[in-house]
Amino acid sequence: MFQPSPWRADFPAIAALQRQHQTYLDSAATTQKPQALLDALSHYYGHGAANVHRAQHLPGALATQAFEGTRDKVAAWLNAADSRQIVFTHGATSALNLLAYGLEHRFEAGDEIAVSALEHHANLLPWQQLAHRRQLRLVILPVNDLGHVDLEQALQLIGPRTRLLAISQLSNVLGTWQPLAPLLAHARAQGALSVVDGAQGVVHGRHDVQQLDCDFYVFSSHKLYGPDGVGVLYGRQQALALLRHWQYGGEMVQLTDYQEASFRPAPLGFEAGTPPIAGVIGLGATLDYLASLDANAVVAHEATLHQHLVRGLADREGVRLLGAPQVALASFVIDGVHNADIAHLLTEQGIAVRAGHHCAMPLLRHLGLDGAIRVSLGLYSDSDDLQRFFEALDQGLELLR
Amino acid sequence: MSLSAEASQALESFQQARGWEQRARLLMQWGDRLEPLTDAEKTEDNRVHGCESLVWLVAVQDDGQWRFKAGSDARMLRGLLALLLVRVQGLASDQLMGLDLSAWFTQLGLERQLSPSRSNGLHAVLLKMAELVSNR
Repeated sequence: MFQPSPWRADFPAIAALQRQHQTYLDSAATTQKPQALLDALSHYYGHGAANVHRAQHLPGALATQAFEGTRDKVAAWLNAADSRQIVFTHGATSALNLLAYGLEHRFEAGDEIAVSALEHHANLLPWQQLAHRRQLRLVILPVNDLGHVDLEQALQLIGPRTRLLAISQLSNVLGTWQPLAPLLAHARAQGALSVVDGAQGVVHGRHDVQQLDCDFYVFSSHKLYGPDGVGVLYGRQQALALLRHWQYGGEMVQLTDYQEASFRPAPLGFEAGTPPIAGVIGLGATLDYLASLDANAVVAHEATLHQHLVRGLADREGVRLLGAPQVALASFVIDGVHNADIAHLLTEQGIAVRAGHHCAMPLLRHLGLDGAIRVSLGLYSDSDDLQRFFEALDQGLELLR
Repeated sequence: MSLSAEASQALESFQQARGWEQRARLLMQWGDRLEPLTDAEKTEDNRVHGCESLVWLVAVQDDGQWRFKAGSDARMLRGLLALLLVRVQGLASDQLMGLDLSAWFTQLGLERQLSPSRSNGLHAVLLKMAELVSNR
Protein backbone atom coordinates (compact mmCIF):
# COMPACT_ATOMS: atom_id res chain seq x y z
CA MET A 1 0.00 0.00 0.00
CA PHE A 2 1.33 3.41 -0.97
CA GLN A 3 2.25 5.52 2.02
CA PRO A 4 2.78 9.11 0.90
CA SER A 5 4.46 11.77 3.01
CA PRO A 6 2.16 14.77 3.42
CA TRP A 7 5.26 16.95 3.97
CA ARG A 8 7.29 15.87 0.93
CA ALA A 9 6.44 18.95 -1.13
CA ASP A 10 7.72 21.20 1.67
CA PHE A 11 11.25 20.00 0.84
CA PRO A 12 12.15 21.22 -2.67
CA ALA A 13 15.37 19.18 -2.84
CA ILE A 14 13.46 15.91 -2.79
CA ALA A 15 11.89 16.68 -6.17
CA ALA A 16 15.24 17.93 -7.48
CA LEU A 17 16.93 14.72 -6.37
CA GLN A 18 14.21 12.70 -8.02
CA ARG A 19 14.83 14.53 -11.30
CA GLN A 20 18.44 13.35 -10.96
CA HIS A 21 17.09 9.82 -10.40
CA GLN A 22 18.29 9.83 -6.83
CA THR A 23 16.36 8.26 -3.98
CA TYR A 24 17.58 9.84 -0.79
CA LEU A 25 17.69 7.41 2.13
CA ASP A 26 20.57 8.89 4.10
CA SER A 27 18.75 11.32 6.37
CA ALA A 28 20.59 10.11 9.47
CA ALA A 29 23.74 11.59 7.88
CA THR A 30 22.07 14.87 6.99
CA THR A 31 18.57 15.93 6.10
CA GLN A 32 17.05 17.85 3.21
CA LYS A 33 15.76 21.30 4.10
CA PRO A 34 12.25 22.76 4.19
CA GLN A 35 11.36 25.71 1.96
CA ALA A 36 10.80 27.78 5.13
CA LEU A 37 14.52 27.51 5.90
CA LEU A 38 15.55 28.46 2.36
CA ASP A 39 13.27 31.50 2.60
CA ALA A 40 14.73 32.55 5.94
CA LEU A 41 18.32 32.34 4.66
CA SER A 42 17.46 34.25 1.53
CA HIS A 43 15.59 36.87 3.55
CA TYR A 44 18.48 37.38 5.96
CA TYR A 45 21.11 37.68 3.26
CA GLY A 46 18.81 39.58 0.93
CA HIS A 47 17.66 42.17 3.45
CA GLY A 48 20.89 43.05 5.20
CA ALA A 49 23.37 40.86 7.03
CA ALA A 50 24.84 42.22 10.25
CA ASN A 51 26.86 40.97 13.17
CA VAL A 52 25.04 40.14 16.37
CA HIS A 53 25.39 41.47 19.93
CA ARG A 54 27.73 44.26 18.86
CA ALA A 55 26.30 46.99 16.73
CA GLN A 56 23.86 49.68 17.77
CA HIS A 57 22.62 50.10 14.18
CA LEU A 58 19.30 48.81 12.90
CA PRO A 59 20.55 45.86 10.81
CA GLY A 60 22.55 44.70 13.84
CA ALA A 61 19.50 44.99 16.07
CA LEU A 62 17.35 42.99 13.64
CA ALA A 63 19.96 40.26 13.22
CA THR A 64 20.41 40.01 16.99
CA GLN A 65 16.68 39.84 17.49
CA ALA A 66 16.32 37.00 14.98
CA PHE A 67 19.38 35.23 16.38
CA GLU A 68 18.17 35.44 19.97
CA GLY A 69 14.69 34.52 18.79
CA THR A 70 16.09 31.15 17.73
CA ARG A 71 17.55 30.67 21.19
CA ASP A 72 14.04 31.04 22.59
CA LYS A 73 12.69 28.62 20.00
CA VAL A 74 15.34 26.00 20.78
CA ALA A 75 14.65 26.39 24.50
CA ALA A 76 10.94 25.91 23.82
CA TRP A 77 11.64 22.91 21.54
CA LEU A 78 13.58 21.17 24.31
CA ASN A 79 11.46 22.59 27.12
CA ALA A 80 14.46 24.19 28.78
CA ALA A 81 13.46 26.46 31.65
CA ASP A 82 15.46 29.43 30.38
CA SER A 83 16.86 30.45 26.97
CA ARG A 84 20.17 31.22 28.64
CA GLN A 85 20.65 27.48 28.99
CA ILE A 86 21.04 27.18 25.22
CA VAL A 87 24.56 27.64 23.81
CA PHE A 88 25.09 27.74 20.06
CA THR A 89 28.13 25.88 18.75
CA HIS A 90 29.28 24.87 15.29
CA GLY A 91 27.84 21.36 15.51
CA ALA A 92 27.23 18.50 17.89
CA THR A 93 30.91 17.56 17.62
CA SER A 94 32.06 21.00 18.70
CA ALA A 95 29.53 21.01 21.54
CA LEU A 96 30.94 17.71 22.84
CA ASN A 97 34.50 18.99 22.52
CA LEU A 98 33.48 22.13 24.39
CA LEU A 99 32.26 19.90 27.22
CA ALA A 100 35.38 17.72 27.24
CA TYR A 101 37.61 20.79 27.54
CA GLY A 102 35.29 22.91 29.66
CA LEU A 103 34.92 20.16 32.27
CA GLU A 104 38.53 18.96 32.19
CA HIS A 105 39.42 20.76 35.43
CA ARG A 106 36.90 18.58 37.29
CA PHE A 107 38.85 15.37 36.71
CA GLU A 108 41.73 13.87 38.62
CA ALA A 109 43.94 10.93 37.71
CA GLY A 110 42.08 7.69 38.36
CA ASP A 111 38.61 9.15 37.89
CA GLU A 112 36.31 7.37 35.50
CA ILE A 113 34.25 8.41 32.50
CA ALA A 114 31.56 6.02 31.32
CA VAL A 115 30.48 5.85 27.67
CA SER A 116 28.45 3.22 25.90
CA ALA A 117 29.91 0.77 23.39
CA LEU A 118 27.74 2.20 20.62
CA GLU A 119 28.84 5.81 20.68
CA HIS A 120 29.44 7.79 17.52
CA HIS A 121 33.08 8.91 17.33
CA ALA A 122 31.90 12.42 18.27
CA ASN A 123 30.78 11.19 21.68
CA LEU A 124 33.72 8.83 22.15
CA LEU A 125 36.90 10.57 21.03
CA PRO A 126 36.56 13.80 23.06
CA TRP A 127 36.23 11.64 26.22
CA GLN A 128 38.89 9.15 25.17
CA GLN A 129 41.36 11.98 24.61
CA LEU A 130 40.36 13.71 27.85
CA ALA A 131 41.07 10.40 29.59
CA HIS A 132 44.55 10.37 28.03
CA ARG A 133 45.22 13.97 29.06
CA ARG A 134 44.21 13.44 32.67
CA GLN A 135 45.04 9.75 33.22
CA LEU A 136 41.40 8.79 33.61
CA ARG A 137 39.81 5.42 33.02
CA LEU A 138 37.34 5.25 30.16
CA VAL A 139 34.73 2.67 31.11
CA ILE A 140 32.76 1.13 28.24
CA LEU A 141 29.17 0.15 28.96
CA PRO A 142 28.40 -3.00 26.95
CA VAL A 143 25.55 -3.27 24.48
CA ASN A 144 23.26 -6.32 24.23
CA ASP A 145 22.23 -8.17 21.07
CA LEU A 146 19.17 -6.01 20.57
CA GLY A 147 21.31 -2.90 20.53
CA HIS A 148 20.60 -1.44 23.96
CA VAL A 149 23.06 -0.67 26.69
CA ASP A 150 22.99 -3.64 29.04
CA LEU A 151 21.36 -2.01 32.03
CA GLU A 152 22.37 -4.55 34.62
CA GLN A 153 26.04 -4.33 33.74
CA ALA A 154 25.93 -0.56 33.23
CA LEU A 155 24.52 0.05 36.70
CA GLN A 156 27.41 -1.97 38.12
CA LEU A 157 30.01 -0.19 36.04
CA ILE A 158 28.83 3.31 36.93
CA GLY A 159 30.09 3.73 40.46
CA PRO A 160 31.50 6.23 42.93
CA ARG A 161 34.60 6.81 40.77
CA THR A 162 32.47 7.73 37.77
CA ARG A 163 32.61 11.47 37.28
CA LEU A 164 30.76 11.63 33.99
CA LEU A 165 28.42 9.52 31.86
CA ALA A 166 28.24 10.31 28.14
CA ILE A 167 25.63 8.43 26.16
CA SER A 168 23.62 8.56 22.94
CA GLN A 169 19.89 8.84 23.14
CA LEU A 170 19.34 7.01 19.84
CA SER A 171 22.02 4.93 18.14
CA ASN A 172 23.06 6.19 14.70
CA VAL A 173 23.93 2.62 13.65
CA LEU A 174 21.35 0.47 15.40
CA GLY A 175 18.35 2.80 15.54
CA THR A 176 17.71 1.85 19.16
CA TRP A 177 16.57 4.10 22.00
CA GLN A 178 18.86 3.81 24.99
CA PRO A 179 17.50 3.37 28.53
CA LEU A 180 18.35 6.91 29.56
CA ALA A 181 16.06 7.27 32.56
CA PRO A 182 17.62 4.58 34.79
CA LEU A 183 21.15 5.34 33.58
CA LEU A 184 20.91 9.08 34.20
CA ALA A 185 19.25 8.62 37.60
CA HIS A 186 21.94 6.17 38.64
CA ALA A 187 24.74 8.43 37.38
CA ARG A 188 23.29 11.35 39.32
CA ALA A 189 23.05 9.24 42.49
CA GLN A 190 26.76 8.44 42.08
CA GLY A 191 27.57 12.13 41.76
CA ALA A 192 28.44 11.90 38.08
CA LEU A 193 27.58 14.50 35.46
CA SER A 194 25.57 13.30 32.47
CA VAL A 195 25.92 14.19 28.81
CA VAL A 196 23.30 13.03 26.33
CA ASP A 197 24.17 12.99 22.63
CA GLY A 198 20.83 13.79 21.05
CA ALA A 199 22.12 14.10 17.47
CA GLN A 200 19.81 11.31 16.26
CA GLY A 201 17.26 11.33 19.06
CA VAL A 202 16.22 14.95 18.69
CA VAL A 203 15.04 14.25 15.15
CA HIS A 204 12.40 11.74 16.19
CA GLY A 205 9.68 12.85 18.58
CA ARG A 206 9.87 15.67 21.08
CA HIS A 207 12.14 15.40 24.08
CA ASP A 208 11.91 17.33 27.32
CA VAL A 209 15.32 18.00 28.84
CA GLN A 210 13.82 18.75 32.24
CA GLN A 211 12.06 15.43 32.24
CA LEU A 212 15.18 13.66 30.97
CA ASP A 213 17.02 15.27 33.86
CA CYS A 214 20.42 15.23 32.18
CA ASP A 215 23.11 17.80 32.88
CA PHE A 216 23.88 18.40 29.22
CA TYR A 217 22.08 17.64 25.98
CA VAL A 218 23.69 18.11 22.59
CA PHE A 219 22.36 18.07 19.04
CA SER A 220 23.21 19.38 15.61
CA SER A 221 20.92 21.49 13.46
CA HIS A 222 21.59 19.82 10.13
CA LYS A 223 20.16 16.47 11.17
CA LEU A 224 16.99 18.24 12.35
CA TYR A 225 16.21 19.73 8.91
CA GLY A 226 18.19 22.86 9.77
CA PRO A 227 21.36 24.36 8.27
CA ASP A 228 24.77 22.79 8.84
CA GLY A 229 27.44 24.58 10.85
CA VAL A 230 25.17 25.00 13.88
CA GLY A 231 25.05 22.87 17.00
CA VAL A 232 23.18 23.24 20.25
CA LEU A 233 24.37 22.63 23.78
CA TYR A 234 21.75 22.66 26.50
CA GLY A 235 22.95 22.64 30.09
CA ARG A 236 21.30 22.59 33.48
CA GLN A 237 22.04 25.92 35.11
CA GLN A 238 24.26 24.42 37.81
CA ALA A 239 26.04 22.29 35.22
CA LEU A 240 26.74 25.21 32.90
CA ALA A 241 28.28 27.05 35.84
CA LEU A 242 30.87 24.27 36.11
CA LEU A 243 32.20 24.86 32.61
CA ARG A 244 35.50 26.66 32.22
CA HIS A 245 35.79 28.90 29.23
CA TRP A 246 37.31 27.12 26.30
CA GLN A 247 37.63 29.23 23.18
CA TYR A 248 38.59 32.85 23.59
CA GLY A 249 37.95 35.87 21.43
CA GLY A 250 35.37 38.45 20.57
CA GLU A 251 32.07 38.73 22.39
CA MET A 252 32.74 36.10 25.08
CA VAL A 253 34.80 38.56 27.11
CA GLN A 254 33.47 40.92 29.75
CA LEU A 255 36.50 43.13 30.36
CA THR A 256 40.06 42.82 29.31
CA ASP A 257 43.32 44.71 29.37
CA TYR A 258 46.52 43.49 27.79
CA GLN A 259 47.33 41.07 30.59
CA GLU A 260 44.08 39.93 32.22
CA ALA A 261 40.47 39.33 31.28
CA SER A 262 37.14 38.35 32.74
CA PHE A 263 34.58 36.38 30.79
CA ARG A 264 30.84 36.22 30.35
CA PRO A 265 28.76 33.37 31.69
CA ALA A 266 26.77 31.05 29.42
CA PRO A 267 25.56 31.32 26.82
CA LEU A 268 27.61 34.13 25.29
CA GLY A 269 30.76 33.20 27.23
CA PHE A 270 30.86 30.01 25.17
CA GLU A 271 30.14 31.60 21.83
CA ALA A 272 33.52 33.15 21.02
CA GLY A 273 33.80 34.97 17.72
CA THR A 274 31.09 35.61 15.20
CA PRO A 275 28.59 32.78 15.47
CA PRO A 276 26.95 31.15 12.41
CA ILE A 277 24.30 33.87 12.31
CA ALA A 278 22.44 32.89 9.15
CA GLY A 279 22.49 29.24 10.21
CA VAL A 280 21.05 30.01 13.62
CA ILE A 281 18.33 32.17 12.08
CA GLY A 282 17.65 29.35 9.61
CA LEU A 283 17.35 26.85 12.44
CA GLY A 284 14.72 29.13 13.98
CA ALA A 285 12.71 28.99 10.74
CA THR A 286 13.04 25.20 10.65
CA LEU A 287 11.79 24.90 14.22
CA ASP A 288 8.81 27.13 13.39
CA TYR A 289 8.08 24.85 10.45
CA LEU A 290 8.44 21.67 12.52
CA ALA A 291 6.30 23.11 15.31
CA SER A 292 3.53 23.76 12.76
CA LEU A 293 3.29 20.03 11.88
CA ASP A 294 1.00 17.54 13.54
CA ALA A 295 3.58 15.83 15.74
CA ASN A 296 1.52 12.67 16.15
CA ALA A 297 1.07 12.36 12.40
CA VAL A 298 4.84 12.67 11.91
CA VAL A 299 5.57 9.99 14.49
CA ALA A 300 2.92 7.70 13.00
CA HIS A 301 4.25 8.20 9.45
CA GLU A 302 7.83 7.47 10.52
CA ALA A 303 6.76 4.41 12.48
CA THR A 304 4.81 2.93 9.54
CA LEU A 305 7.66 3.50 7.10
CA HIS A 306 10.20 2.11 9.52
CA GLN A 307 8.13 -1.03 9.95
CA HIS A 308 7.95 -1.36 6.19
CA LEU A 309 11.74 -1.02 5.99
CA VAL A 310 12.51 -3.52 8.73
CA ARG A 311 10.01 -6.08 7.43
CA GLY A 312 11.24 -5.74 3.87
CA LEU A 313 14.81 -6.36 4.99
CA ALA A 314 13.85 -9.28 7.23
CA ASP A 315 11.94 -10.89 4.33
CA ARG A 316 15.05 -11.09 2.21
CA GLU A 317 17.24 -14.14 2.33
CA GLY A 318 20.65 -13.69 3.90
CA VAL A 319 19.95 -10.19 5.20
CA ARG A 320 21.12 -9.72 8.77
CA LEU A 321 19.91 -6.67 10.68
CA LEU A 322 22.23 -5.04 13.21
CA GLY A 323 20.35 -5.06 16.50
CA ALA A 324 16.60 -4.58 16.60
CA PRO A 325 16.06 -1.07 15.20
CA GLN A 326 13.10 0.81 16.69
CA VAL A 327 12.92 3.97 14.63
CA ALA A 328 14.38 6.03 11.81
CA LEU A 329 16.93 3.67 10.35
CA ALA A 330 18.13 0.12 9.88
CA SER A 331 21.63 -1.18 9.26
CA PHE A 332 22.28 -4.55 7.73
CA VAL A 333 24.78 -6.89 6.16
CA ILE A 334 24.18 -9.72 3.72
CA ASP A 335 25.69 -13.14 4.21
CA GLY A 336 28.39 -13.86 1.70
CA VAL A 337 28.21 -10.44 0.07
CA HIS A 338 30.65 -7.64 0.71
CA ASN A 339 28.82 -4.48 1.73
CA ALA A 340 31.06 -2.43 -0.57
CA ASP A 341 29.64 -4.43 -3.50
CA ILE A 342 26.05 -3.83 -2.43
CA ALA A 343 26.85 -0.16 -1.90
CA HIS A 344 28.38 0.02 -5.37
CA LEU A 345 25.34 -1.48 -7.05
CA LEU A 346 22.84 0.61 -5.05
CA THR A 347 24.76 3.74 -6.01
CA GLU A 348 24.71 2.69 -9.67
CA GLN A 349 20.93 2.54 -9.39
CA GLY A 350 20.56 5.95 -7.78
CA ILE A 351 19.90 4.80 -4.25
CA ALA A 352 21.59 7.09 -1.75
CA VAL A 353 22.28 5.02 1.35
CA ARG A 354 25.33 4.90 3.56
CA ALA A 355 27.89 2.10 3.58
CA GLY A 356 30.77 1.69 5.97
CA HIS A 357 31.45 2.04 9.66
CA HIS A 358 29.09 5.00 10.27
CA CYS A 359 31.62 6.80 12.49
CA ALA A 360 31.34 4.02 15.04
CA MET A 361 34.37 1.83 14.28
CA PRO A 362 34.60 0.27 17.75
CA LEU A 363 30.94 -0.79 17.65
CA LEU A 364 31.28 -2.37 14.19
CA ARG A 365 34.42 -4.18 15.29
CA HIS A 366 32.60 -5.37 18.40
CA LEU A 367 29.89 -6.79 16.13
CA GLY A 368 32.61 -8.52 14.12
CA LEU A 369 31.90 -6.46 11.02
CA ASP A 370 34.00 -4.12 8.98
CA GLY A 371 31.02 -2.29 7.64
CA ALA A 372 27.29 -2.31 7.06
CA ILE A 373 24.69 -0.63 4.88
CA ARG A 374 22.42 1.87 6.58
CA VAL A 375 19.06 3.02 5.25
CA SER A 376 17.66 6.02 7.07
CA LEU A 377 14.39 7.90 6.80
CA GLY A 378 13.22 11.49 7.10
CA LEU A 379 9.73 12.87 7.46
CA TYR A 380 9.67 13.44 3.68
CA SER A 381 10.44 9.79 2.90
CA ASP A 382 7.64 7.70 1.46
CA SER A 383 6.97 4.07 0.64
CA ASP A 384 7.95 4.59 -3.02
CA ASP A 385 11.46 5.46 -1.82
CA LEU A 386 11.58 2.14 0.00
CA GLN A 387 10.11 0.31 -2.97
CA ARG A 388 12.85 1.65 -5.22
CA PHE A 389 15.45 0.70 -2.63
CA PHE A 390 14.17 -2.87 -2.34
CA GLU A 391 13.97 -3.31 -6.12
CA ALA A 392 17.53 -2.05 -6.47
CA LEU A 393 18.69 -4.31 -3.66
CA ASP A 394 17.07 -7.35 -5.29
CA GLN A 395 18.58 -6.51 -8.68
CA GLY A 396 21.99 -6.02 -7.14
CA LEU A 397 21.84 -9.28 -5.23
CA GLU A 398 20.69 -11.18 -8.27
CA LEU A 399 23.68 -9.89 -10.15
CA LEU A 400 26.11 -10.75 -7.39
CA ARG A 401 24.82 -14.23 -6.66
CA MET B 1 50.42 6.54 -25.66
CA SER B 2 49.24 3.35 -27.32
CA LEU B 3 47.11 0.89 -25.42
CA SER B 4 48.03 -2.72 -24.87
CA ALA B 5 45.85 -5.28 -26.57
CA GLU B 6 44.15 -6.07 -23.28
CA ALA B 7 43.50 -2.42 -22.51
CA SER B 8 42.01 -1.91 -25.95
CA GLN B 9 39.77 -4.87 -25.35
CA ALA B 10 38.64 -3.41 -22.02
CA LEU B 11 37.94 -0.07 -23.61
CA GLU B 12 35.93 -1.60 -26.38
CA SER B 13 33.75 -3.70 -24.12
CA PHE B 14 33.07 -0.94 -21.63
CA GLN B 15 32.26 1.57 -24.35
CA GLN B 16 29.75 -0.86 -25.78
CA ALA B 17 28.19 -1.61 -22.40
CA ARG B 18 24.61 -0.42 -22.05
CA GLY B 19 23.35 0.46 -18.61
CA TRP B 20 24.56 -0.15 -15.10
CA GLU B 21 23.85 -3.88 -15.17
CA GLN B 22 26.10 -4.62 -18.09
CA ARG B 23 28.84 -2.43 -16.67
CA ALA B 24 28.57 -4.27 -13.35
CA ARG B 25 28.77 -7.67 -15.06
CA LEU B 26 31.84 -6.59 -17.00
CA LEU B 27 33.46 -5.30 -13.83
CA MET B 28 32.92 -8.64 -12.15
CA GLN B 29 34.37 -10.50 -15.14
CA TRP B 30 37.47 -8.31 -15.11
CA GLY B 31 37.76 -8.74 -11.37
CA ASP B 32 37.79 -12.51 -11.80
CA ARG B 33 40.79 -12.22 -14.10
CA LEU B 34 42.87 -10.47 -11.46
CA GLU B 35 45.81 -12.63 -10.47
CA PRO B 36 45.24 -13.54 -6.80
CA LEU B 37 47.65 -12.22 -4.21
CA THR B 38 49.60 -14.65 -2.08
CA ASP B 39 49.28 -14.38 1.68
CA ALA B 40 52.86 -13.13 1.77
CA GLU B 41 51.86 -10.19 -0.41
CA LYS B 42 48.96 -9.20 1.83
CA THR B 43 51.18 -7.30 4.22
CA GLU B 44 50.50 -4.15 6.18
CA ASP B 45 53.04 -2.36 3.97
CA ASN B 46 51.09 -3.23 0.87
CA ARG B 47 47.74 -2.19 2.39
CA VAL B 48 46.03 0.79 0.84
CA HIS B 49 44.41 2.78 3.60
CA GLY B 50 41.44 5.06 3.18
CA CYS B 51 39.18 2.37 1.76
CA GLU B 52 36.19 0.75 3.40
CA SER B 53 37.33 -2.59 1.99
CA LEU B 54 40.65 -4.37 2.32
CA VAL B 55 42.90 -3.40 -0.56
CA TRP B 56 46.50 -4.26 -1.32
CA LEU B 57 48.80 -2.90 -3.97
CA VAL B 58 52.13 -4.57 -4.70
CA ALA B 59 54.63 -2.80 -6.94
CA VAL B 60 57.94 -4.03 -8.28
CA GLN B 61 60.21 -2.37 -10.75
CA ASP B 62 61.81 -4.76 -13.14
CA ASP B 63 64.36 -3.43 -15.62
CA GLY B 64 62.77 0.02 -15.50
CA GLN B 65 59.29 -1.36 -16.02
CA TRP B 66 56.59 -1.34 -13.37
CA ARG B 67 54.78 -4.55 -12.49
CA PHE B 68 51.79 -4.23 -10.22
CA LYS B 69 49.60 -6.70 -8.43
CA ALA B 70 46.49 -5.75 -6.54
CA GLY B 71 43.72 -7.40 -4.64
CA SER B 72 40.67 -6.69 -2.54
CA ASP B 73 37.99 -8.55 -0.65
CA ALA B 74 35.32 -6.58 -2.53
CA ARG B 75 34.35 -7.82 -5.96
CA MET B 76 33.49 -4.60 -7.75
CA LEU B 77 36.70 -3.07 -6.54
CA ARG B 78 38.65 -6.06 -7.90
CA GLY B 79 37.17 -5.20 -11.29
CA LEU B 80 38.26 -1.59 -11.00
CA LEU B 81 41.73 -2.70 -9.92
CA ALA B 82 41.99 -5.02 -12.93
CA LEU B 83 41.07 -2.15 -15.24
CA LEU B 84 43.69 0.00 -13.59
CA LEU B 85 46.44 -2.61 -13.85
CA VAL B 86 45.70 -3.36 -17.47
CA ARG B 87 46.45 0.27 -18.25
CA VAL B 88 49.65 0.70 -16.22
CA GLN B 89 51.34 -2.70 -16.46
CA GLY B 90 54.86 -2.56 -17.87
CA LEU B 91 55.16 1.22 -18.06
CA ALA B 92 58.30 3.11 -17.05
CA SER B 93 58.15 5.69 -14.27
CA ASP B 94 58.09 8.69 -16.60
CA GLN B 95 55.37 7.13 -18.73
CA LEU B 96 53.36 6.32 -15.65
CA MET B 97 53.70 9.78 -14.21
CA GLY B 98 52.64 11.31 -17.49
CA LEU B 99 49.55 9.13 -17.66
CA ASP B 100 46.15 10.66 -16.96
CA LEU B 101 44.42 7.79 -15.20
CA SER B 102 41.24 9.70 -14.55
CA ALA B 103 40.95 10.15 -18.32
CA TRP B 104 41.29 6.37 -18.64
CA PHE B 105 38.41 5.72 -16.26
CA THR B 106 36.37 8.44 -17.96
CA GLN B 107 36.90 6.69 -21.31
CA LEU B 108 35.63 3.52 -19.69
CA GLY B 109 32.55 5.35 -18.43
CA LEU B 110 33.61 4.77 -14.83
CA GLU B 111 34.70 8.28 -13.86
CA ARG B 112 32.30 8.43 -10.92
CA GLN B 113 34.18 5.58 -9.27
CA LEU B 114 37.15 7.89 -8.85
CA SER B 115 35.57 10.60 -6.75
CA PRO B 116 37.39 11.20 -3.45
CA SER B 117 34.06 11.00 -1.65
CA ARG B 118 33.65 7.42 -2.79
CA SER B 119 34.61 5.00 -0.12
CA ASN B 120 35.37 2.22 -2.61
CA GLY B 121 39.03 3.11 -2.50
CA LEU B 122 40.02 3.47 -6.14
CA HIS B 123 40.98 7.05 -5.43
CA ALA B 124 43.21 5.93 -2.55
CA VAL B 125 44.79 3.25 -4.78
CA LEU B 126 45.76 5.85 -7.36
CA LEU B 127 47.29 8.05 -4.68
CA LYS B 128 49.30 5.12 -3.34
CA MET B 129 50.45 4.18 -6.81
CA ALA B 130 51.63 7.72 -7.51
CA GLU B 131 53.46 7.76 -4.19
CA LEU B 132 55.22 4.45 -4.91
CA VAL B 133 56.28 5.54 -8.37
CA SER B 134 57.52 8.96 -7.35
CA ASN B 135 59.60 7.50 -4.53
CA ARG B 136 61.67 5.39 -6.88
